[in-house]
Amino acid sequence: MRSKFLVVLLLLLVMPLAHADQAVIKKDDPVLEKRVMTLSEHLRCLVCQNQTIADSNAELAVDLKNQVREKLRQGQTEQEILDYMVKRYGEFVLFKPLVKSTTWLLWFGPLLLLLLGLGVLIVILRQRRKLMQQAPTLSADEHARAASMLSGNGGEGHS
Amino acid sequence: MNRFLLPLGVFIVLVIFLWIGLTLNPREVPSPLINKVAPTFRLPQLQDSTKTIGPEDLRGKVWLLNVWASWCVTCRQEHPLLVEMGRQNLVPIYGLNYKDNRDDGLALLKNSGDPYVLSAYDREGNVGIDWGVYGVPETFVIDKSGLIRHKFIGALTPELIQNKLIPLIKELNGA
Repeated sequence: MRSKFLVVLLLLLVMPLAHADQAVIKKDDPVLEKRVMTLSEHLRCLVCQNQTIADSNAELAVDLKNQVREKLRQGQTEQEILDYMVKRYGEFVLFKPLVKSTTWLLWFGPLLLLLLGLGVLIVILRQRRKLMQQAPTLSADEHARAASMLSGNGGEGHS
Repeated sequence: MNRFLLPLGVFIVLVIFLWIGLTLNPREVPSPLINKVAPTFRLPQLQDSTKTIGPEDLRGKVWLLNVWASWCVTCRQEHPLLVEMGRQNLVPIYGLNYKDNRDDGLALLKNSGDPYVLSAYDREGNVGIDWGVYGVPETFVIDKSGLIRHKFIGALTPELIQNKLIPLIKELNGA
């Protein structure tokens, strides 16, 4: 009795697997799958824009991965597939933006800000050093007075 | 005085940039297919799977390709507008039934009216990918020489139709 129950339970567990088989996409080639995943990491999912299609399970991302797999299987090169995607979805589909005149600010802006910050820092340090050098120096007499005031021996300060 | 002017200036520039940023819609990715030849396809028709349809059949006409699906909620909102446009005979509207179940698609047209001259049936969504579709509904305007002239991403609105779509169609038909 008990074993029968277990068998039924096991069958119930297997049931969703039988369903998962519906899509007829073959993923039997591990080398190809690796290439699909590597290339997918370079493509942006346009539905969930901060993810690559490798990371995303959105329906469009899955479709695009299938498309990538199909094209690789047909013998297209990685570059050809990237070009195809750019032609369809625009350069935005590339997860890593191209380096060109319109993206220079994007790529080198942070470096520019860093240099700007360093420049400001250097100017401020220079000015401060100049101020230090210009500070009035004390005569020997003034030194003695200051020392006595600091040691608390009165001098002629506040009584 | 001067030492406040600089931070204030930087702050104002920042506010302007962020303000502009608020008015942009990051979901709207401009299509690189604008002013390019519409990608070709040959798909079975939704109503009659023995017949096919492709962009070549429509050369010499200004036409719309509306990507839709019965599972797409926004398409349902847009649908009455398309039906109204179809009734006014402004421009032939063709449908691309995208990743849909044939029966569901047909049922929707039966219940809510069919604004399309014809619908192509893209079960796998491959034609969708070829056209750079990433969110339904999308509406393409194709001119007489077969170039894509405009792409509306998301649902059409009465304002979009009045201010953008109709003038564009008049312009393309006049040329």
